[in-house]
Amino acid sequence: MNWGAWAVWGLVATVALTTLMAGGQGLGLTRMNLPFLLGTIFTPDRDRARLLGILVQLANGWIFALAYAFAFQVWGEATWWIGALGGLVHSAFVLTVIMPVLPGLHPRMASEHKGPTAHRQLEPPGFLGLHYGYRTPLSVVVSHVVYGILLGSLYRVA
Amino acid sequence: MERRPGPPPTRTPIGDYAIVGDCRSAALVSRGGSIDWLCWPRFASPTVFGALLDPDAGRFSVTPAAPARATRRYLPGTNVLETTFESDAGVVVLTDLMPVGSDEGGPLAMPEHEILRLARCEAGEVDLEVEYAPRPGFGRWKLRWRDTGPLGVRVEAGAHLLVFRSEPRLPLAPAGGVRGRLRLRAGETARFSVVHAVDGPAVLPPLAQWGTRAADRTAAFWRRWSSRLRYRGPYRDAVLRSALALRLLAYAPSGAIVAAPTSSLPERLGGPLNWDYRFCWLRDASFTVRALFGLGYADEAEEFVGWLLHTTRLTRPELRVLYDLFGRGSPRERDLGWDGYCGSRPVRIGNGARDQLQLDVYGEVIDATAQFLHSGGALDRETGRMLAGFGDYVCRHWRLPDEGIWEPRWGRRQNTHSKALCWTALDRLLRLHDRGHLRIDVARFRRERDAIRAEIEARAWRPSLGSYSAELDGETLDAALLVLPWYGYAAARAPRMRATFARICERLGAGRGLLYRYDPSAAGGEGAFGVCCFWAAEYLALAGRHDAALSLLERLLGYANDVGLYAEEIDPATGAALGNFPQAFTHVGLVNAALTLERTAAHEHPLEHQRSLVAAGEAWREAPP
Repeated sequence: MNWGAWAVWGLVATVALTTLMAGGQGLGLTRMNLPFLLGTIFTPDRDRARLLGILVQLANGWIFALAYAFAFQVWGEATWWIGALGGLVHSAFVLTVIMPVLPGLHPRMASEHKGPTAHRQLEPPGFLGLHYGYRTPLSVVVSHVVYGILLGSLYRVA
Repeated sequence: MERRPGPPPTRTPIGDYAIVGDCRSAALVSRGGSIDWLCWPRFASPTVFGALLDPDAGRFSVTPAAPARATRRYLPGTNVLETTFESDAGVVVLTDLMPVGSDEGGPLAMPEHEILRLARCEAGEVDLEVEYAPRPGFGRWKLRWRDTGPLGVRVEAGAHLLVFRSEPRLPLAPAGGVRGRLRLRAGETARFSVVHAVDGPAVLPPLAQWGTRAADRTAAFWRRWSSRLRYRGPYRDAVLRSALALRLLAYAPSGAIVAAPTSSLPERLGGPLNWDYRFCWLRDASFTVRALFGLGYADEAEEFVGWLLHTTRLTRPELRVLYDLFGRGSPRERDLGWDGYCGSRPVRIGNGARDQLQLDVYGEVIDATAQFLHSGGALDRETGRMLAGFGDYVCRHWRLPDEGIWEPRWGRRQNTHSKALCWTALDRLLRLHDRGHLRIDVARFRRERDAIRAEIEARAWRPSLGSYSAELDGETLDAALLVLPWYGYAAARAPRMRATFARICERLGAGRGLLYRYDPSAAGGEGAFGVCCFWAAEYLALAGRHDAALSLLERLLGYANDVGLYAEEIDPATGAALGNFPQAFTHVGLVNAALTLERTAAHEHPLEHQRSLVAAGEAWREAPP
């Protein structure tokens, strides 16, 4: 395991993913705001949630980079296309599995079936995150594929 | 949006609207319970509801199905609107608000933007018709409708999401939107919410608990704000309502104040004098700062001065006429192609005045800063250099013709008011230099200041007219000259000012205490100009004619609508509101007139630059007793 490469390029790839997601949101492609979603797990305050969410997002990206690094080690090499494939699988998992079950995991997210309650008021993402805009899947896939490409290109197997 | 054939339908009078807002955007609610104007997420964003200007541009109405008599009020000290509908069948009270205030201790941050409507049946049994028909993006955006049951009726347009929810629940209509009828019995309440999200996932508080709590919290927020009002004079209700209206027109994130929340409400019914006022005009700056400081809202005044100084940094040493909420230029003017209010076309978006030269803005910005410093504010060296740069610009350009304060589309002239405000700019800078706030070329500034006065006295004072004229060597009048005493250019009791006031009343008087801003034959049939009428009352107060000022102000207060709001203009024939609504400048005029009356009644000393005029000897100075 190349711990130095994981630490540096994991952070770089996470920053790129976060920037791309935020850019997609700023350009009106999606309302998916990952820092906000992650931060509101811990606090109801909108501004603090964003700040906290960015930190959680960076930590998450780093941890996922560890999984990518292990995969590269097992495969025996790290290339951009293996990374891209990993990003594609990763984003598909997020969109099809994580998004629909998020209302069950997030303490402040409303349920599709019960609607909002006193403690659960956040709009759920729905299948493929389509509640956050119909171009949300595009934004998620592109940012995760770029994340994978960066890791695959920059990580060197030990 | 498709055009409809035939004549435009009859419209709700402008004065039949009231405003609710959240200091980021504002909605106009008609006496009949229809929200006919709303731009989201900010004042100058595209419309979501625009029925005010075109019947197909979207509305959100909650109104009794049977004919009913409507009375309205704001809950005391708040911007929460309450409309009571009384009919043979019963009484229903509709409460409209846009929630504000922190949600400390609450389960989640508030929605980005929300309109909340609560209909409570007080007596009998009342059927309510509900129509929710948003047309985001000026009615041009492609909409995707979806009914998500407990999560509401959603419509997406690009990244924008609107979520409509109601209790009892109303479903999505086949053609989009929501139409339905509800029956309320005594003691029952129906709740309606529209939430807007663009910045992230929507926050959807449960209506039953949230509705009442948000209304209470919003009312408490406004009452707390109102309790800071320092004015204790006889017109407290009118002054407080004006202050609350000004607060609604202030964009909280930047401190900017928009001239009005609307576009293209006509200055003449059926005419082309329709402008977009959803921007910030520098010319309003000095008056607004003075009003806010005078009312005790120093924080808001300082925010506004901060916005002014920040904004003008971007274009210095030149100043634009108007800016958007973040200090950028306003968009280019264009015609939306809508029907217009009572057929008043074109309906404009953007404002062509952005390309005009209005030299008076230098005096207004510098005077606003001087008031900020007078009230204990401080300047950093960079801002001091910037102000000195404005003074240098004035020294080099005051001789140029400009469009002037009223921004007409007939070209540039040598406007007297603009020259007087250039004088003001240099005079205030010289005083700031004397107090050590900044460094300037004193000899040059003094020379140019005196040259401006000499020019005005030689060429704008017209013996043939018996008045200062609107432009150098001109023969017409301008009601803006009534503010010369306020800026310290001339004493209110000076012979030339007294003569000018008399001539303005004679030639620009519209009857019933009203004034046109300039020669009515050149005004294209527009109404009397609200702020000019209040300037006349203030002039009388400054001139020591207290009773006349009082009488005029009381008369002018009668032109407010039933909830105390003013448009830009007043129809002299009917007293009806004309032009964009509600208009910050008119409310600022009301506040300043009331403050000056209060001060002069208490024999308080005027501001320093006015005190210096109390010396006999010259035509612009006070006449000896």
